[in-house]
Amino acid sequence: MPASVLADGLRRIGAGTRRSIARLGFAARFFVAVLTHSPAGLRRIRLTLREIYFAGVLSLVIILVSGLFVGMVLALQGYDVLQRYGASESLGILVALSLVRELGPVVAGLLFASRAGSAITAEIGLMKATEQLSAMEMMAVDPLARVVAPRFWGGVISMPLLAALFSTLGIFGAYLVGVRLIGIDAGSFWGNMQSVVDFRADIVNGIIKSAVFGLIVSLIAVFEGYDAAPTAEGVSSATTRTVVGSSLAILAADFVLTVFMFRGVGVL
Amino acid sequence: MSPPSTTRPVANFDRRQPVAVELSGVTFGYDRTRQLLKGMSMTIPRGKVVAIMGGSGCGKTTILRLIGGQLRPQTGRVVVAGRSVPDLDREGLYALRRQVGMLFQFGALFTDLTVYENIAFPLREHTDFSEEMIRDLVMMKLNGVGLRGAAALKPSELSGGMARRVALARAIALDPLLVMYDEPFAGLDPISLGIVGQLIRKLNDALGITSVVVTHDVYESLKIVDYLYFVSDGRIVAQGTPDEVRSSGDAFVRQFIDGESDGPVPFHVAAPPLATAFAIGHAG
Repeated sequence: MPASVLADGLRRIGAGTRRSIARLGFAARFFVAVLTHSPAGLRRIRLTLREIYFAGVLSLVIILVSGLFVGMVLALQGYDVLQRYGASESLGILVALSLVRELGPVVAGLLFASRAGSAITAEIGLMKATEQLSAMEMMAVDPLARVVAPRFWGGVISMPLLAALFSTLGIFGAYLVGVRLIGIDAGSFWGNMQSVVDFRADIVNGIIKSAVFGLIVSLIAVFEGYDAAPTAEGVSSATTRTVVGSSLAILAADFVLTVFMFRGVGVL
Repeated sequence: MSPPSTTRPVANFDRRQPVAVELSGVTFGYDRTRQLLKGMSMTIPRGKVVAIMGGSGCGKTTILRLIGGQLRPQTGRVVVAGRSVPDLDREGLYALRRQVGMLFQFGALFTDLTVYENIAFPLREHTDFSEEMIRDLVMMKLNGVGLRGAAALKPSELSGGMARRVALARAIALDPLLVMYDEPFAGLDPISLGIVGQLIRKLNDALGITSVVVTHDVYESLKIVDYLYFVSDGRIVAQGTPDEVRSSGDAFVRQFIDGESDGPVPFHVAAPPLATAFAIGHAG
C-alpha cells in the first residue's frame, strides 16, 4: 500500500512536470509567433496606440499615486536611519538610487502586472470564450497580428515610461517629506543626488530593467489570455496566473539582472 | 448587392461549381480515444440551403470547422468549391475564408466595436475600398437585415436577435460563396427566430450563395431549407427534403421531429444495471 501511494505521488509529480515543460515550450513558440506577427501588427499602428492608452495612460493614476507614497515613505524611513550616522544630507542619494535602480522598475512592474496585465489577459480570454478570436480567424484575419501583437507591444512600450514616472514621483515625494517637512537643505538634497547618480550605470540600467519587466508581463498576459480555457472559470484562473506568474517572474528577473548590472560594485 | 471586387488576390475558388461543399469518408476525433465523426459523407449543392441536424455534441459544429479549415480530418476529403481544404496552405486557407462567411452561435461580434464597425471590419481588412464605399456597403448590408438604425450601437446594447442579424450582415459583408450558420436559432424569441430564418432564406436566394445551417430547431429548419442531413453517432443516419423528412418513418427522424425522450437516442446514458448502482441484494 505505501509503495503504491508513493508510486502515485511520483506519477503525479512526473505528469505535472511534463505538463509544465510542455506549457513552457508552447509559451516559447507563442513568443516567437508574436514576434513574427509583430510587423503585421505594428502596421496597424492605431491599434498599438490604443493599447498604449489602455495599458499605459489608464495605469497612470495607480502608478503616480503609488510612486508618490513610496517616495514619501522611503524618505521618512531613510531619514530615520541616516540621521543616526549623521548622514541625513545623503537622503537624496538614497532615495534616488533606491528608486531608479530597484523600486521604480520593480514596484511599477508589479503594479503594471496587476492593473494592465490582468486586464489584457481577461480581455483576450473573454474574446476567446465568446468566439471573437474564432470569428476573426474565419474572416481570414490572424488574431496574433490583430489582437495579440498590438497588446504585447503596447505593454512593452508603456512599462519603461510608467517606471520612469513612478521614480520621478517617488523622488518628488521624498523631496516633499525630506526637504519641506523634515527640513533637509534643498541644495544638498538635489546636489548630492546629481553628483552620485550615474546616468549610464543607474538610470539606463533601470530603464533596461523596466523594459525587460514590460516584456515579461506583456508576454505572460497575452499568452495566458490566448491559452485560457474558454469558460468563466478558465478566464478567472488565467487572470490569476498572469498576476502571480508576472510578479514572481519580475522578482526573479530582477535578481538576475541586478547580478549582471551591478557586478562592478564589488559585492559579487 | 453585387460581389465587391477585392484588391487582394483570391485563390482559385470556382463560384460556379455545381457542388459547393463535399465531404467524403471524413473521420475526426478531438482525442485518440473517441471518434466524433466516423466516415461522414455529404454533398451540399451550390445555391441551396442545407441543414445539418442532430443532438448536442454529435459533431455538427465540428463539420463547420472542418469545412472552414479550422480543423483537419484524420481521413477523408473536404472539398469547397473544387478545392481540397486540408491541402490548402495558410495563404490558400485565408483565401478560402475570404469566400466563406460564418455566423457563430451567439454572434461573436467584436464587443469593442460598434455595429457599423463590426460589419466594416472584413471590408477594411480585405479591401482597399474608400471609406465612402465601405459606408455604402455597410449600410446596404444593415438595411438587408433591417438594422440600419442600429449602426451606432455597441453589441452590448443589442438584443440576442439583433446581435444575430448584425452577425449575419457581417458574414455576408464580402459577398461570400458560402455562409455557415452555427445554431442561428438558439435562444431566440419566436419573432426573432422567424426573422433570422427568413433572412437566411432570402439572403441565400438574393445573393446566390450557398448556406449550411447547423441546428436542432426542426420546425424552423423545415420551413426554410432545401435539404436536411441528420447526424448521430458520427454518421449520417437520415437525409432528405423537408417533405421527405416530414413523412419519414425512420425511428431517429421521428424521435427528433416529435421530441420523444426515448428512442434510438436513449434517455439514459450507458450505465451499470440499477441493481448494481443501488447495491440491491448486497448485504450491509
